Amino acid sequence: MTAAPSAAPVAGRTTTRAGRSGSVAWMALPALAIFVVFGVVPLAGVLLLSFAQWDGLGSIHTAGLSNWRSVLSDPGLPHSLFVTFEIMILSWAVQTPISLLLGVFLAGRQRYRALLAVLYFVPLLLSSAAIAITYKALLDPNFGLGAGLHLDFLAQDWLGKSNLALGVVIFVVSWQFIPFHSLIYQAGVRQIPATMYEAASIDGADRLQQFFSITVPQLKYTIITSSTLMVVGSLTFFDLIFVLTAGGPGDATRVLALDMYKRGFQANLMGPASVIAVLLVLIGLGLALLLRRLGGSTTASQQEGV
Amino acid sequence: MMTSRRNFLRLTAGSAAMAAGLAACGSSGPKSTPGSTTGGATGTGATYWFLTGQPQQAIREAQVKRFNDANSGTQLKTTEFQNDAFKQKIKTAIGAGQGPTLIWGWGGGGLKSYVDANQVEDLTSWFDQNAELKNSIFPSAFGAATVGGKIYAMPVETTTPIVLFYNKTAFEKIGAEPPKSWGDILDLVPKFNDKGIAPFSLGGQSRWTNMMWLEFLFDRIGGSEVFQNIFDGKPNSWSDPSALKALEEMQKLIKANGFIKGFSSITADSNADQALLFTGKAAMMVHGAWTYGNMKTSGGKFVTDGHLGYMNFPPVDGGKGDPSDTVGNPGQYLSISSKASQADKDVAKKFLSTSTLDDASVDAWVKSGNIPVVKSAKDKLSSVTDTNDAEWLKFVYDTSANARNFAQSWDQALSPAAAEALLDNIAKLFQLSISPQQFADSMNGVIGK
Repeated sequence: MTAAPSAAPVAGRTTTRAGRSGSVAWMALPALAIFVVFGVVPLAGVLLLSFAQWDGLGSIHTAGLSNWRSVLSDPGLPHSLFVTFEIMILSWAVQTPISLLLGVFLAGRQRYRALLAVLYFVPLLLSSAAIAITYKALLDPNFGLGAGLHLDFLAQDWLGKSNLALGVVIFVVSWQFIPFHSLIYQAGVRQIPATMYEAASIDGADRLQQFFSITVPQLKYTIITSSTLMVVGSLTFFDLIFVLTAGGPGDATRVLALDMYKRGFQANLMGPASVIAVLLVLIGLGLALLLRRLGGSTTASQQEGV
Repeated sequence: MMTSRRNFLRLTAGSAAMAAGLAACGSSGPKSTPGSTTGGATGTGATYWFLTGQPQQAIREAQVKRFNDANSGTQLKTTEFQNDAFKQKIKTAIGAGQGPTLIWGWGGGGLKSYVDANQVEDLTSWFDQNAELKNSIFPSAFGAATVGGKIYAMPVETTTPIVLFYNKTAFEKIGAEPPKSWGDILDLVPKFNDKGIAPFSLGGQSRWTNMMWLEFLFDRIGGSEVFQNIFDGKPNSWSDPSALKALEEMQKLIKANGFIKGFSSITADSNADQALLFTGKAAMMVHGAWTYGNMKTSGGKFVTDGHLGYMNFPPVDGGKGDPSDTVGNPGQYLSISSKASQADKDVAKKFLSTSTLDDASVDAWVKSGNIPVVKSAKDKLSSVTDTNDAEWLKFVYDTSANARNFAQSWDQALSPAAAEALLDNIAKLFQLSISPQQFADSMNGVIGK
C-alpha cells in the first residue's frame, strides 16, 4: 500500500539530490576514511589470519584451509550458531513488544510519563560489565537475592543450569536494551500525525483499534530499524555474557562472539578464531540485508503514504 | 541514482589512497619497535605486572617499594591486574611486543609458549653465576620453570598445595570424624545433606576449581603416571582405565549431591566458595593453600577460634597413588622479557636476586600464612607466634616437603589450547552433560596440542 504511491516522489527527490551531490560528496570522506582504517583494514587482516596459524606470540605461518576445515567440522560450531540464533530470536521476541508498548506509553505528553521515561532510561546508562557483575551477585544461590529476601524460588541455580542461564542472559539483555528501543518507538509514535487519530475517533475506532490500525502500521519502519539493531546487535553480545556466565554452564550460552574470543585469546588459536570472526561478519551482513529486503525499499519514508 | 553511485565510486577511489596512507601510519607504531629499544609498554625503564588480591598484593608492592627505595636510579614500574584479566592481558601484550620486563606467571605450559616464541630470557647461566640463590630455593619448584632442560623463570613467592579444608563445627553437628578415605567422603555426603549442610563447597563457575578434584582423584586412583603420560603427549592417555575410574568416581559424588546446590553459579573470584565453608553452609572444601589468608581475615573468628581443619586429600581405597602426593602450584614464577633493553634486563635481574626472596619478603610471606619457596622458610616457622598460623604453616611445609610428587596444576602445566579444552570438558563433566568416556574421547583429541 505504501510502495505504489511512494515510487513517484522518491524518483522526484533523487533528481534534486543528484543535482547537489557534486558539492557534498566530500563530506563522506572522514567517515569513509575511519571506516576503512578501523573497519575494512582489520577485516582484511582477519580474513588473512583465517588462513594462517598463529598463537598470538610467535611468528605467523600460512595454514591454507586447515583452520576452515577444523572449525567447520567442529561440533562446537553448530552449537554456538544455534545458541547465537536462540538468543537473537528470543531476545527480539521479548524486547519488541515490551519496547513498543513502553514507547507508545511514553509518547504521551503527561509530565509523569516524562519522569518515568527518565527512570526507564537508567539501565542504558550502566556498562554491560557492571550490569553483569551486579546480576551475578544478585543471582548467587547462597548469598544473593533469594537468600537475602528469604524467597526460595529466587534461590535457583540461575547460572548453573543450561536453560536457566540462557533465560537469565535474555532477561538481562532485554532489561538493558528495552529502554533504548522504547526511545526509538517513542520518537516514532510522536511522528504519527494526530489528524490520523482524530479521523479514526470520528469513524468510531476505539483505542485498541487505533493502536493496531494506525500506530503499528505507521511504525513499520521503526519496527524494522529497531529489529535490525536488535538482531545485528545480538551477534556482538559479548561483554555481558562473558562476565555473567563466561559462556557456561559448559557451553550453554557460548555465542559465536564468545567462541571466537575463547579460541583466540584463551586457547591462543588465532587462526580458528579468525575463521569465526569472518563467519560473524558474513552472518551479520546477511541478516542486515535480509531485514532491508523484508522492509522493502527503506529509502522511502514512512510518511510517504499519507 | 546513477550519479550518486558514480560519485561514490570516485570517492572510494580517492579515499583508498588516503586510507592506505593512514594504515601505514597506524601499523608503523608497533612495528618499529622490534627488540632492542623498548622493554615495557612505556619504554622508559623496567616494568613489572602482577596480580591483585590480598595478602599477596601488599607483599609484592612492598618488595617493589624496597627495591625502588634502595635503587633510586633504576625505578621499577608496576601495573596490577585481577587474576583472570591478567592471564589474557599478559599473553596479548607479549604477543604485541608491549609486555612488561618482568613477566609474572605460573610456569609450565604458559611459560613454554613464551619460550617457543622466544619471548623470555634463558636464565640458566644467570642461575649458575648465582648458585647461592639457586640453592636456597626448593628444587621441586624448578620443574615448572624449566623448558627443554633450560631455566626460563625464577621461582618466587609461595608454594601452595591444594588441600582439603573442613569446618570442625559442621563435623561436630553430625558427630562424625573427618574422612580418612574416599569411601569415608561418600559416606559423609548423605549425613551432611540430612542436616541441611552441603558436604562440599565449590566455586564451579571458575572451572579450575573443579579441576583440582580431578587432579587428586587421578593421582590417588592411578598414581602420578596417569597425568604424566597425558603431559608427555602419549596417545589416548586420557582413556587410561584409572582415568576413567577417576572420572566415574567424580560423577558419583556429584550425583550424590556432594556439592553445594547451585555450585555452577558460584565463582572463586568472589571468594563465595570460601564464605560457604566459614559460614558453616558447607562442611568441606578442596582449595588452594592461598585461601587460608582470606578465610582468616574475612571469616570472623572462624580461623582464630580454631574451627578450620585441613588435611591432604585422602587416599582412594585400592588406588595406586602415593597418599603423600600433592598437587597445586609449586611456586609462582618471574621471567624476564627477551625483548627488553639490556639496561632493563639488568634492573630486572637485580630485582630478582635482591628483592624477591630476601629476608623481608620471606618474613612477610610467612606472616601471611604462606610458605615461601625457599628452604630457609622452615627456620622462620618457629618465629610465628600465632598458634593457628604456626600449625597451618607447619602443615603446608610438611605437605610440600614430604610430597613424593608435587604435580603442577593441569591448566598451568598444559599448553593454553589444551588447557582451554580441558576446562571446557571439566565444566561439562561436572554438569553431568557428558559421560567419562565422552570426556576422555574429546580430551584425547587435544593431546600434545
